[in-house]
Amino acid sequence: MADKIVLEIARYSPEQDNEPHFESYEVPVYKEWVVLDALNHIKDTVDGSLTYRWSCRMGICGSCGMMVNGEPKLTCATFLSSYADNGKKIRVEPLRYFPVVRDLVTELSDFLVKLKKAKPWLIRKDEPPLSQGEFLQTPEQLDRYKQFSMCINCTLCYAACPVVGLDPIFVGPAALALAQRYNMDSRDQGSAERTAVLAHPDGVWGCTFVGECTRVCPKHVDPAGAIQQYKIASVIDWLKSFVMPKGQTT
Amino acid sequence: MRAQIKSQHYIPRTAVGWGTVEASSHDVLLVGGGGAGLRAAIAAAEINPKLSIAVVSKVYPMRSHTVSAEGGAAGVAKPDDSLDEHAYDTISGGDWLSDQDAVEAFVREAPQELLQLERWGCPWNREPDGHIAVRAFGGMKKKRTWFAADKTGFHMLHTLFQTTLKYDPITRYDEWFVTKLLVDDGRVQGVVAIELMSGRIQAVLAKSVILCTGGCGRVFPFTTNANIKSGDGMALAYRAGAPLKDMEFLQYHPTGLPFTGILITEAARAEGGYMLNKDGYRYLQDYNLGTPESKPVLRSMELGPRDRLSQAFVHEHRKGRTTPTPHGPVVHLDLRHLGEKLINTRLPFVRELCQKYQNIDPVRELIPVRPVVHYMMGGVSTDLDGATPLRGLFAAGEVACVSINGANRLGSNSLPECLVFGARAGRAAAEYASQPKPASTAVLAQADDEQRRLNSEFLNKTGGRERIATIRTEMQAIVETSAGIYRDEASLVEGVGKLQQLQQRYRDINLDDRSHTFNTELESALELGYMLDVAESIIKSALHRTESRGAHQRTDFPARDDSSFLAHSLAYRNPDGSSRVEYSPVKITRWPPGERVYGQQTQQQSQSKTTEQVG
Amino acid sequence: MPAVKQPTMKSAPQYTEFHPRWYRPRVSVYWWMGEWHYLKFILRELSSVFVAVFVVETLMLISALRGGPEAYAHFQQSMRNPLVVVLNLVSFFFIVFHTITWFNLAPSAMPVRLGGRRLPDVLVAAPSYVAWLVISVFIGWLVLR
Repeated sequence: MADKIVLEIARYSPEQDNEPHFESYEVPVYKEWVVLDALNHIKDTVDGSLTYRWSCRMGICGSCGMMVNGEPKLTCATFLSSYADNGKKIRVEPLRYFPVVRDLVTELSDFLVKLKKAKPWLIRKDEPPLSQGEFLQTPEQLDRYKQFSMCINCTLCYAACPVVGLDPIFVGPAALALAQRYNMDSRDQGSAERTAVLAHPDGVWGCTFVGECTRVCPKHVDPAGAIQQYKIASVIDWLKSFVMPKGQTT
Repeated sequence: MRAQIKSQHYIPRTAVGWGTVEASSHDVLLVGGGGAGLRAAIAAAEINPKLSIAVVSKVYPMRSHTVSAEGGAAGVAKPDDSLDEHAYDTISGGDWLSDQDAVEAFVREAPQELLQLERWGCPWNREPDGHIAVRAFGGMKKKRTWFAADKTGFHMLHTLFQTTLKYDPITRYDEWFVTKLLVDDGRVQGVVAIELMSGRIQAVLAKSVILCTGGCGRVFPFTTNANIKSGDGMALAYRAGAPLKDMEFLQYHPTGLPFTGILITEAARAEGGYMLNKDGYRYLQDYNLGTPESKPVLRSMELGPRDRLSQAFVHEHRKGRTTPTPHGPVVHLDLRHLGEKLINTRLPFVRELCQKYQNIDPVRELIPVRPVVHYMMGGVSTDLDGATPLRGLFAAGEVACVSINGANRLGSNSLPECLVFGARAGRAAAEYASQPKPASTAVLAQADDEQRRLNSEFLNKTGGRERIATIRTEMQAIVETSAGIYRDEASLVEGVGKLQQLQQRYRDINLDDRSHTFNTELESALELGYMLDVAESIIKSALHRTESRGAHQRTDFPARDDSSFLAHSLAYRNPDGSSRVEYSPVKITRWPPGERVYGQQTQQQSQSKTTEQVG
Repeated sequence: MPAVKQPTMKSAPQYTEFHPRWYRPRVSVYWWMGEWHYLKFILRELSSVFVAVFVVETLMLISALRGGPEAYAHFQQSMRNPLVVVLNLVSFFFIVFHTITWFNLAPSAMPVRLGGRRLPDVLVAAPSYVAWLVISVFIGWLVLR
C-alpha cells in the first residue's frame, strides 16, 4: 500500500469566493485511517479553516456524509487504503443537490422541513393511559417496519437521487421511507393523515425508481422499496375507495 | 430592501429587517438536544402548552451522542423483579455514593418513561406474545434491560426527535453554539450563542435554562465518546458559579478499539473471547480473577468486573507486557478460536464495527483493545428535580450529577436516567418559568460584551503561536496520566501544574479561520476552553478525595473511607478564577453502606437485604 | 442597510456580514451521462420505447394475418429489410434488459412474507425467471415444430 495519498478537497468560503475551487493536500495512509481521519489531520496540522461536520466516527450519527470520488459516502466508513491501493487521488466534495454553506458543509433546513411533512410520529385515534401497559406488537409485526426505522438521516440518499436534484420540491427518499415506517407500524393509526403528502406528485409519485438511494444507503434502509410499496398500497386504496368509500388498508 | 436580496442569501431566523436582529426570548431553554434535552422539552410542552420552549443545540438533535448507545435501558418490567432490587443493584454498584432518595425516584419512574417511549413509537424488542422483552446486563441481578436490537440509543433518540416535531411550542435552534450563560441578579436569564451558519452572536433569553449537553469524554485521549462531548454544559455551569459534583468519577470500559475508541461490547467476552498480553498470555489470571478455562465462567477472568479488568491493563502496562502501537499500548482480544460461524451469528455487530470502521477482521486477526473512557458519573450538581443551586439553571442527563450513579455506573442505567431526569427537569423548569419574573435588560449588554470578547480573543487576534490540536493533545495526555485509572498525589499535583500551563498557552492560540460562516475552528477553540476547565475540576476533585471508591482508585489511599468520604465532592470556581473543593453528605435512606463484592457473597447479601426490607 | 458592493471583477464575492450566500450548483441537462448508474437507469426507462416497438410490430403482424396470404407475405418482406432487422435486434436487447431489470426490482416493491419473515429477493424473483424460461421454451416449440 502507498504510504501517502493526495486529497483534492472542494473549498468555498462565501466571504472570499464566488464559487468553490479545489485544493490539494497530501496525507499519510495508515491501515485504519478513513477519509475523515485525513480531514482531521489536515485541519489539525495544515489548515485549520477546512470546515466539515463529524461527530461519532462510527456511522450512527449521520453527520459526515460527503461525495468521495463522485459517490455519496460516510467519510467515517471510507478507508484511505482502498483508494491508495489503486493509486487514485481522492476527491472530496460536499453532498450533491444541497446548497453549500462552506467547504464541505451543506444546508439541511429543506431536508428537515420535508422530514416533518411526512408526519413521522405515531398517530393514534385513542391514547389509553400508561397504566394499561405497552401496545402489544409481535416480533413479526416489528419485523415489517424495522428496516425502514434504521435511517440515520445522513442524506446520502438525497445526494444520490436525480429527482431530488431536478425537482427541489420532491419530498425525497428518507422522508418517504420514514413515513412508510410509521404507516407499517402496527401501533400507528394515522396513515390517512399522511396520504396528502405521500400520494402526491411531489411525494411517492415523483419517484421514478432509479434505485440509487437504496444503493448508497449505509444502513440498508431500502427507501426505494419503501416508496414502491407505498405506491402499490396507495393505488389499491384508491381503487377500493370506489367500492368502499370509507374503507382503507394502508 | 429585502426584495433586492437574492433568495440564496441566508437570512437569520430572528431578522426583523435586513440588518436588525432581535434577541429572542423563551420560557424554557434547553442547551443540548439529545435524549435528556428532547425529553425535557416534551415534558415542559406537556405541562404547559402556552410556554415557549427553545432547544439550542450545536448539532442537529439526531446527531447527539445518545444515538450511539447500544446496550439497553433498565426498567423493572417483569413480575419476578422489584424496584428495591433495581435500587439495590444501582446503589451497591455505585459503591454507596448514590443518593438513595434519587435512586428510589429513578427506579420508580424508569419503567414509566420507557413505556411512554414505547407509546411514542420506540421499536423495543418483543417477546413472542407481544410484550416488551428484557435481557440480562452486567451488574443487574435480574433481567430488566429493555432493548431495541443493538441500537437502543439510536431508536430512543430518533423516537424522541420525531415526537418533538409534533409540538409547536418547541422551537429548535439547530447548530447554535452556546458560549456563555447569562446571569443577572443571582439568576440565569438565558444564554449567548453563536449561530454557526452566519457567525452572528446573539443572546437567547429565557426564564429558565436546562443544560443537557452530555459528558466530557473528549477530555481524555481514548474514549468512546463522539467529538461533540467536550463537557460544554459542565464548563458553562462551572464558570457561572454552579458546583460540579463528583467529577473524579470516570467510567472506563475495558475493551475499546485504541484508535477510534469504538466499544467492543462485553458480549464478545461473554461468548468466549480471551484477553492476551503481548506474549499471548491470558494475563487476567494474575490478578485474582480466577483461572483460565476454555469456556467463559461468569464473573471470572474475562467476565470479571469492568474496573478490575481496566486496572489489570494498567498493571500489565507497568510491567511492560502490553503491545506498543502507533496509537498507544494495547492488549488483544482473541476471538479467532470461536470460528466464523459463531461470530457471524452471535457477534455480527462486533465484526461489522471492527471491519467497517477500523479495517480489522476479528475472525482472522487479534483485536487490539485498551480501556477507554466511556461515561462521566459526575457533573453539574442537581437535586431530584434537576435544579442546580443557581436559580433558573437546571441540568439533566450525563451532564448532571443527581447522583444516582454514585462512584460507578451500572450498564443500561444511563438511558433511563436521561428520560427520568430530563422529564423531571423539564417539568420543574416549566413550573419555575410559569411564575412571573422581572425582566432584565442588563443581560443584553452581556451579549455585546461576549461578541467583543470572541472577536478580540480569537477572530481578530494576531500573533498567536499555538495550534488548537497541540494543546488539546497535551491536555488529553496529562489528564490520562494524572487522573486515569490509577491516581496518586504526585501525579495529580503534577497534573494541576501542567494544566495551568496549558491554560496560559490557550490564551496564545492562533486561528487559521477568521471568517464568520460556519467557523468550526472557533468552535473547537471554545470547546478546548471548556475542556480545560472541566479537566481542572476533575484533577482537583481527584486530588482532594483521599480514598478509593468505585471508579476513583488512589494507589496511596487504597481503602474506602466511609467516615470521611461518604460524601459528594463539589468543585467550585471562585470569582477570582481559583477553585475550591467542598463536600456534602450522601443521602442514605434504606440501604446502609456495605461491601461491594462479587460472586457468591453478593448473592447472599442481596437476598438478605431484600428480606430485611420486606419483613 | 449596509451597502452591498457590486462586484467589479468576477473574483470579488458579494458578501454581506452574517448573510452568507449559499452556493447552489445547477444540475446539468446531461446529468445522466456522467455516471454509469444513472446511464443504466435512463437506458432502462428508454427500453419502454422498444417494448412499444415490439407491440406495434405484433399489432402489424396480427393485422397482416387478418389481411390474408398476400398481406402476410408483404409483411414478411418488410421484416427482412436490413434496417428493420437492426431495429429488431436492438429492440430485442432492450426487451431482455427491460425484463431482467423488472424482475430484479419487483421483489423490493412487493415483499413476500412467509412464516413471519420476509423472503430474500432472489427467491421472489426466481419464479418470474422460471416462468419466462418455460413460456419461451413452449412458444419456441410451437413455432419451430
